[in-house]
Amino acid sequence: MTTGFLIATILVAAVCTFATRAVPFVLFGGKKEPPKVVIYLGKILPVAILGILIVYGIGDFSALEWTSLLPKLIGVALTAVMHLWKRSVLLSISVGTIGYMLLINFVF
Amino acid sequence: MKHSKSATVRYAMKKSLPVLFGYLFLGSAFGIMLYEAGYSVGWAVIISLLVYAGSGQFLLVSMITSCASLPTTALMTLFINSRHMFYGLSFVQKFRQGGWRYPFMIFTLTDETYSVNVSINDVPEGVDEIKARYLIGEFNHFYWILGSVTGSLLGMSIPFDLTGIDFSMTALFVIIFIDLMRDLNSRLCGLLGITVAVVCILCFGYDNFLLPALIFTVLLLFALQPVLGRKEAEEE
Repeated sequence: MTTGFLIATILVAAVCTFATRAVPFVLFGGKKEPPKVVIYLGKILPVAILGILIVYGIGDFSALEWTSLLPKLIGVALTAVMHLWKRSVLLSISVGTIGYMLLINFVF
Repeated sequence: MKHSKSATVRYAMKKSLPVLFGYLFLGSAFGIMLYEAGYSVGWAVIISLLVYAGSGQFLLVSMITSCASLPTTALMTLFINSRHMFYGLSFVQKFRQGGWRYPFMIFTLTDETYSVNVSINDVPEGVDEIKARYLIGEFNHFYWILGSVTGSLLGMSIPFDLTGIDFSMTALFVIIFIDLMRDLNSRLCGLLGITVAVVCILCFGYDNFLLPALIFTVLLLFALQPVLGRKEAEEE
């Protein structure tokens, strides 16, 4: 690949990535107040999206071996329990992640 | 109320810190991948600086190695990042107040920046909320570039086995998810999101489930507006 084409490829990827993020701002970010349904979705959507992202982070449960799925589920549970108990972001992340790393290295 | 610059910077650092470790690892993975494709650290910096997307940049490496045509790169990038179309919906009014920072706040709106942003409810006294949101995006972007450089320079010679540290991103999602479930409505929505995601993986496969999952979630929440929106309206 020539340097010129490489730069063009990178620029195309950069513009397209920015474009997807800019869509709602272009549609509803004007001076006028956005439609009521957008305000409603903006308030209620995040928790659903985070739910989807958790499933995304766990991976392809329909194809994974239980030995790779189980540590992830335990890691998620560990993080959740830790967070409900102490409500400290860094503590919950550390315990969940280190727990997960220990599990995949030494148990499964 | 007077805003303090140092309080704002400190708050943004604290809020973005959970992203640091995950980004160092994921960014490194990208740097290694690009290096193995034959492109040195300079290219890693340029790509992470201009594109700033996790899965999008992994895709870009395969587009580069396969010499994909520009329209192919454009379509694939739009498709893999299509979930980001939904992220701005929660910030259309807020980000506008950023002035010259506005485009940068949109540019840095990745999964992780979005998650940190939705976790901000009230900021402590003295913190400028808009500037803090802007700085969180910039810090995250910086961690991402730092990770890419690390991966590109060290390659496979990182002395520790860090396999699994990318789980910290999933852990971050779990934590913010829990924090957002403040009332019955949000618990129902959270459950709805998880259920739709699981069903969509079974129907469309893991590689293609994100966009349909988001579309169905939006449609379902739209249909449920008479029920779920009532409480929101009462609060105002």
